[in-house]
Amino acid sequence: MLELEAVRKSFGAIEALKGIDLLVARQELVFIIGPSGSGKSTLLRCCNRLEEPTAGRVLVDGVDIVSPDVDINEMRRHIGMVFQSFNLYPHLSALGNVTLALRRVLKMPRDEANERGRAALDGVGLAERADAYPNELSGGQQQRVAIARALALEPKVMLFDEPTSALDPELVGSVLDVMRTMRESGMTMLVVSHEMGFAREAADRVLFMDEGEVVEAGSPARIFESPEHARTREFLRRVTGH
Amino acid sequence: MNRIAENFFDLEVMAKYLPSILDGVLVTIQLAILIVLSGLALGFVLAVVRAFQIRAVNWLIVLVVDAFRALPPIVIMIVFYFALPFVGISMSGFVVAWLSLTLVLASFAEEIFWTGILSVDRGQWEAARSTGLGFLQTLRDVVLPQAVRLTIPPLTNRTIVITKSTAIASVVAVPEILTQASAAQAFSANTTPLMMAAVAYLVIFLPLVVLSRWVESRFGWKR
Ligand SMILES: Nc1ncnc2c1ncn2[C@@H]1O[C@H](COP(=O)(O)OP(=O)(O)OP(=O)(O)O)[C@@H](O)[C@H]1O
Ligand SMILES: [Mg+2]
Repeated sequence: MLELEAVRKSFGAIEALKGIDLLVARQELVFIIGPSGSGKSTLLRCCNRLEEPTAGRVLVDGVDIVSPDVDINEMRRHIGMVFQSFNLYPHLSALGNVTLALRRVLKMPRDEANERGRAALDGVGLAERADAYPNELSGGQQQRVAIARALALEPKVMLFDEPTSALDPELVGSVLDVMRTMRESGMTMLVVSHEMGFAREAADRVLFMDEGEVVEAGSPARIFESPEHARTREFLRRVTGH
Repeated sequence: MNRIAENFFDLEVMAKYLPSILDGVLVTIQLAILIVLSGLALGFVLAVVRAFQIRAVNWLIVLVVDAFRALPPIVIMIVFYFALPFVGISMSGFVVAWLSLTLVLASFAEEIFWTGILSVDRGQWEAARSTGLGFLQTLRDVVLPQAVRLTIPPLTNRTIVITKSTAIASVVAVPEILTQASAAQAFSANTTPLMMAAVAYLVIFLPLVVLSRWVESRFGWKR
């Protein structure tokens, strides 16, 4: 479904990604962990070309989205993205946030867009807050609106960049619940997060990244119980605190 | 006391010159409205063009905009009115006043809109683009509505400052309030017409100032 071939990305002299190969199969949930600055966000952002890879190919459903003659806007609606800072549009209601792309990209008439938008909000448990503005919602609710905004476009794959890092601890659960439901309904997901508990329980595979490389990958049990590399062990010891 | 009354509030003079001052009021209002419409529109367009980040174009915009912000409006008007005819471009005083102040307002407005566009968080662009919206769609539906809201207070202030400077159109013989009043003063050898001009400016611009307060509180950014 999502395939990266030798993807490299440099920012001037900094090599953020040093040749990443990754295959996310249909309905698979791949989890990425790694220290700060290891290139996790850059990797995700290359998957929808918010960041232009310096080299390599990114295939979504067989289409190379890095190729210059691809219609990137058409491709992006198949690739949902959820940001650490939500990035909801503050001047639009929850429903307005969810329906903007439906109307502008899918060219849906207003009624149809509203119907699909309400269904998407219902899917994240926020049907009654459709008319609320982002500043009237809690962080957890805002992030769920952001998820609904991406889901309403019926993407083929969803990218999550630390979706719960900006949330108060008591609000994390509501967002993880939504992600769990998505997983159960068969969404293909690539998730960067520090929620190791969620990774153990929901991920098919865990990737450990460091310094722009995938150091090791495997089932959650293998990575968490018996990591092969010293760097992985070191990282896990630091984040789990033992 | 009597001297003040005679010189500033001479009823006969008032009655005599009221019609010509009112003509001036009309001209001032027309000029001000035209300047606001074209100045804000042009400033907005320039800021949007600048958002495309085409280097040569942006340099040109910055150059022109900075020049018009630096030059005193009265100098611009005099150059347009007295110098341009030598290169075969001659315009009426009204057109010169309109064009000069439009360019000045547009220059300030461009900078204000541009600052507004820049102050919209990069995450807004990324969120919109990630859902498949194009550059222009993102600009129109996501960035500009937020940018414009941020720009309303400085924009209303600047707009008032520049519409007020329609008074300097008297140097290019536009029959606006001050021109009419000066003429009347010369004819009547009495300063009452200047008093009337001051009152006329207050009547026109005081509501605008009050309106701007309302607009600012109405559209101020609530988070
Ligand atoms: N726009 C940019 N310009 C320059 N350097 C960048 C840019 N974006 C990222 N980098 C650099 O690339 C490297 C990888 O950054 P990235 O944000 O992908 O790390 P990360 O794993 O997501 O870290 P974190 O856990 O802190 O979010 C870092 O060294 C970072 O400084
Ligand atoms: Mg990151």
